Amino acid sequence: MLSRRNPQLNSHGELIHLLSIEGLPQAVVTQILDTAGSFLSVNDRDVKKVPLLRGKSVFNLFFENSTRTRTTFEIAAKRLSADVINLDIARSSAAKGESLLDTIANLSAMHADMFVVRHSESGAPYLIAQHCAPHVRVVNAGDGRHQHPTQGLLDMYTIRHYKRDFRNLTVAIVGDIVHSRVARSDIHALTTLGVPEIRAVGPKTLVPGDIREMGVRVCHDMAEGIRGADVIIMLRLQNERMSGAMLPSAGEFFKNYGLTPDKLALAKPDAIVMHPGPINRGVEIDSAVADGRASVILPQVTFGIAVRMAVMSIIAGNNA
Amino acid sequence: MSTLHLDAEALYADLLAGVRGLLNPDAVLVGIWSGGAWLVERLQRDLQLAGEPGVISSALHRDDFSSRGMTAAADHTKLPFEVDGSRIVLVDDVLYTGRTIRAAVNELFDFGRPASVSLAVLVDRGGRELPIQAAVSAARITLPREQRLSLARDASGRFSFDIKEQA
Repeated sequence: MLSRRNPQLNSHGELIHLLSIEGLPQAVVTQILDTAGSFLSVNDRDVKKVPLLRGKSVFNLFFENSTRTRTTFEIAAKRLSADVINLDIARSSAAKGESLLDTIANLSAMHADMFVVRHSESGAPYLIAQHCAPHVRVVNAGDGRHQHPTQGLLDMYTIRHYKRDFRNLTVAIVGDIVHSRVARSDIHALTTLGVPEIRAVGPKTLVPGDIREMGVRVCHDMAEGIRGADVIIMLRLQNERMSGAMLPSAGEFFKNYGLTPDKLALAKPDAIVMHPGPINRGVEIDSAVADGRASVILPQVTFGIAVRMAVMSIIAGNNA
Repeated sequence: MSTLHLDAEALYADLLAGVRGLLNPDAVLVGIWSGGAWLVERLQRDLQLAGEPGVISSALHRDDFSSRGMTAAADHTKLPFEVDGSRIVLVDDVLYTGRTIRAAVNELFDFGRPASVSLAVLVDRGGRELPIQAAVSAARITLPREQRLSLARDASGRFSFDIKEQA
């Protein structure tokens, strides 16, 4: 039975779906990061596959396009020996008017064991988790502006890899925070792991004041926002989500909030620069920074596979 | 209740003699996490073998994953030698159903193709569910199913046995 309060956990408090980082106990987050560490070494073996999900079918349901996230989920599932079925649902049933739950019922009849769901509507993965059969597991791969929990977790894995301890860090999240489910997941995860200072940096139109309620410090001035930071998470300017003129121009945004070597020099000397990708060079980040010494953008992608393996193997191994 | 008393230190001396007999010049020791890893650490020293022994975890190949889930982190496998063509002496504390050995051998083969694998254990408690047997076992005993036997190691490195009643 799903707990009404937190449908991600079973009655023993174990993870059975990954829908949101909000409400995940610190022990569960840490378990995921520790397990991901074990999977990272699978890449070094002759046989880059472990049999934990052998015989299970993982359906990638992307109602919204994403090449990178879908591919890393696919690689993760295959490394765990699952059968992976990719449905380009944006162009199929949904376009023909089938309801979300009818789509799920049909795919369940094809013996799906796990759904990896990306949807433009916030809450769609919750709806699926509440209506699927008890043995079926759901992973949120991004829902609307709400959450992108595996990105949040891989960001935490990356920070832990380079900084070891969360409890004395200053983390600056810069850019289009209002449209960003990554920012929301990161803020929940950083808070859960005990980061004392989280800054949300960007113009008023993209960093609304009410984000303070999440326990972050709002900085509309870039220099103030990144000064002394240990970790800088740059976000992509989401042109496709912007309705109306929230910004004067991309050039104007880069001038004020784009991360250049000069601005990076304000952060701690050993600061790391992260970005969930895809990056827009010359819009939110300068090439010299994206390709520079502080950048850990490509390691994030590698860690993302191990984190997704961890999430899928943990939820598959726990009973509802 | 069993009144069985197992002297782990005395059995270790027998294991050491048995493993010495198994060794040929190019053999390498690999301990199964965690009891077996402690044993190979000491065997490596007592047999004056060069380099580090290997350690292997069976976690990623366990056959009870669907009922027990992800238990411990499984990053313990470290094989600091070329597995292809190696002659491996696999070491564990207790041999029981044989399922851990099956999983550990599968794990081993993910790293290459050894020339041979033999098995040495401190205690063989019978109850095999798979066709697996040890080349060396320091003791053969019988225990009731509900008793779980495992090796413990104190701060000074001395071995003892732990017997727990399973729920």
